[in-house]
Parts: sequence; structure tokens; C-alpha cells
Amino acid sequence: MLLDRGQQSVTDVFLEDVYSIPHGEKIKECIQCGTCSASCPTSYAMDYTPREVIASLRAGLLDRVLKSNTIWLCASCYYCTVRCPSGIKLTDIMYELKRLAVEFGYVEKSAKAAIVSKLFVDLVDKNGRIAEVPLVSKFFLKTNPFAAFGMMPRAWKLFRRGRMPMIPHRIKGASELKAAGAKMEAASTPTEIKAERV
Amino acid sequence: MKFSYYPGCSLEGMNKAYDKSARAVCDSLGINLAELSDWNCCGASAYISIRELRAHLLSARNLAIAEKEKKDLVVVCPSCLTTLTKTNHYMAEDPKLRQTISKALKETELQYWGSVKVRHLLEVIVNEVGQNEIKARIKNSLKDLKVAPYYGCQLTRPFGEIDDKEFPTILDTLLFWVGAKPVNFPVKTKCCGGMLMMTNEDVALGLVRNLLECARENGAECIATICPLCHMNLEAYQDNVNKHFGTDYNIPILYFTQIVGLAFGFSRQALGIEEELTPSKALFEKHLEVIR
Repeated sequence: MLLDRGQQSVTDVFLEDVYSIPHGEKIKECIQCGTCSASCPTSYAMDYTPREVIASLRAGLLDRVLKSNTIWLCASCYYCTVRCPSGIKLTDIMYELKRLAVEFGYVEKSAKAAIVSKLFVDLVDKNGRIAEVPLVSKFFLKTNPFAAFGMMPRAWKLFRRGRMPMIPHRIKGASELKAAGAKMEAASTPTEIKAERV
Repeated sequence: MKFSYYPGCSLEGMNKAYDKSARAVCDSLGINLAELSDWNCCGASAYISIRELRAHLLSARNLAIAEKEKKDLVVVCPSCLTTLTKTNHYMAEDPKLRQTISKALKETELQYWGSVKVRHLLEVIVNEVGQNEIKARIKNSLKDLKVAPYYGCQLTRPFGEIDDKEFPTILDTLLFWVGAKPVNFPVKTKCCGGMLMMTNEDVALGLVRNLLECARENGAECIATICPLCHMNLEAYQDNVNKHFGTDYNIPILYFTQIVGLAFGFSRQALGIEEELTPSKALFEKHLEVIR
């Protein structure tokens, strides 16, 4: 059994969170028409299509979805969101699933999209802005250092064109913003469980 | 016209050319862009994938600073547009969220009352400046340069405040005004893969290929982009698409601001053209009367 928030099942935690997002309750109105899956540019590569995500939720099998590649293949194109006849904000739901998968430790170590998102968060918290060079280099060091060699020709071309600034800019309000964020997060965490996982 | 300008992280880094060309065009059109002071990253789609409330705090800080500067916020990156607009809407709709974020903002000595409108530069140019002013500034003939107008996802989705969510025409209109010829481009709002280029390259390369193929089929000589990430995927990975699929695409990729800038008579250097990895030289030999 994986860790959960205050002894609730992962489905309960998911629904509690989703209902707190604006328009989140619309998820109840899914008619399983499959418009989302048909509109999704990456559903062909997903373990579970967006329609199947909601079907799994109803069947009590959300944990399978959280372990699948589905949530990390969502590129946030919002086609499903604008086409859903029931007004379900599927992209927001995908974000919620990503957050839960990370929080509850369902993410495989090799899930690159989770790794890059976490690096992104760390860099934003540190500097207040993102610089592509540290993000990309840290990402390749963590996932596949050998792939970095394959990147070299492109990196060199970008560098020569002045497109690879090496020193990240740190905003003046960075530490203040980070502290305020951390404090807000601590205050809004429903239970004691918020330890660093994965 | 005075705005607070939010360039976004990508325009400070690999996509400086977009920033350069946007500023040049705005200068020429009398759009005053004052960079938002000490702006922070909007978080894009990555931050909200890990943390929800703090992602909204990132956007809210930028909105609060813009409110303090008493101007609307102009952005150029569609991902920044959607992220900032989402927080703006959700804070207005959800009192609990507003309360939580406002409390955190207070810690940084800021407050946000919800008065700022987040606008995209393309929409500002078309709706605020308008056809006559734009046409009056044309110095170079683009000689009916055939352009595939590529909007990508997040300019119009999910909110659709600028134009139709799936079949917008606002960029087509602007290209037409400056003397280019927008071609039929049915995939104009299809996804380029975005960040998947880093994490699921096979999938993203397939999506980019669809775009390039459609542009070629419709006789486009170049593709106009609005989004720095779309731009990057199309120009810096076109080589990889060719290697992966055995294709031979060689389609120049230009920001819409670069195309407008060319028509206004700016030099290629001033617009950051030729900083891209897919060469656009042939285009200029064929098309522009004045090459500087």
C-alpha cells in the first residue's frame, strides 16, 4: 500500500482535489463519448486514453492510471478541454493526476516528464526565472548523460548564434517569493503528510 | 499605447530573436512596452504539474506588479498568456483561491485586485493599431510571400478570448495586411509536442512532421510562428525530423514579428533573422526587394 493523505484512498484524495479546482465537479458529467481521446494528439501512444482515465476512476482503478505513461504524455494542447460536450476541464485534471502521481510516489524513476517538471520547479524557486541551459543540462545528466553527446552539435550551433546564455538571471524577489510560497503550501496542506517523496 | 511587457523566460534565452523583433515592431507602431519590473517565471505547464497553489502564486505576483504599474500586461509567449490568464480567471471565480493567494502575496508586500487584463501582442497589433496604421508603415514588398500561419495551441485554447479556439484567422489577417500571402493551413492549431520534445522525442517529432508536411503540401515558403516553443521545435528539430523519417524538409521558420518587421524595412539583423537553425537565406534572395 502506498502512502496516502490522512488514510484516504487515492480516489478520495483525487476527487477532493479535483472538486476544489474551478469547474472540477464537471467530471461527474462525463458521458464516455470519447471526444477527448479522439481530439488528443498523443492518445495513440498512451496506456490509457483520456476517456479511459475517467472510466478507470469510476471502476476504482485510478492507481493504474497514475502509474501509466498517459499523464506524462499530455502536452497541454487543451483540445480535449475545449471540445468536451460536458465542459470537463481535462487538461486541469491531467495536471491534478501528475501532482498526485508525484505526491503519492507512483512515478517511475524513468518518467522523464516528471523529472523535468521537478527540475523546472527547483530552478524557478531558486532564481524566480528559468534559464534553459541549466534546465536542459541537468535533465540530461539525470536521465541519459550519453544523450548529451548527441545534443552537442545543436548546442554548439545555438551557442554560436548567441542563443545559449550561460548565467541565469536571478530576480530580486526570488527568496521572498519562495518563502511566501512555502508558507502558503504548509498552511494549506490538509494533513501531516507532505514529506519529500520519489 | 502603454503596456507593461512580459517577455517570459524563453525570450531571455534561446528565443531572443522574438524579443528583438517584437520590440522593433512595437517601436515602429508606437506601442510603448515597458518591461514589467522584476517579473518572475509564469511556471508554464511544468510548475502546475507539481504544485497547484504555488503555480497560481507565480502568476499572481506578475499580475500584482502589473496592477501596481497601472497598465495592462502584454505577453508574447502563448504559454505565458494561458498561464497568467488562467490564474486571473480562477482567482476571480474562486473566492477561496483568491483568499489563499492574496494572503501569500501580502507576505511579499503585494496585493492583487483583479484589474489587469493579459493581452497577446498579436491581438494588440491587429485590434489596437489596425489596418491603416500598419499599411502606412510598409517599406518593403513581401511580393506575396507564401506563409503558413501557425498558431499552435495556447494562443486560443482554452479561453478563446482572442479568436476562434480551433480555426483562428487573426494571424492570417495581419500577414495579408503586410503583403504576405497566407496559405491554407488546416493544421494551424495542432500541437507541436511542446515540452515532449525533451521527454518523448519520437512522439513530438511525429507531430512536427505533420506540420511541416502540411505546410509543404499547401505550397508554403515559410511558416510563421507565434510561440517560442513551437518555433524551437520547428526550426531546431527539423533536422531530426528528416533523420527520423527520411524526409527532406527545408522550410524556414520565422516569428510573425520578424515577417512584419521585414515589411516595415528593418534589417534581418535587427530582427534576429538567421539566428534560427533552418536557413532562411534562399527566401530573401527570391523575395525581398531591399536586402540589408
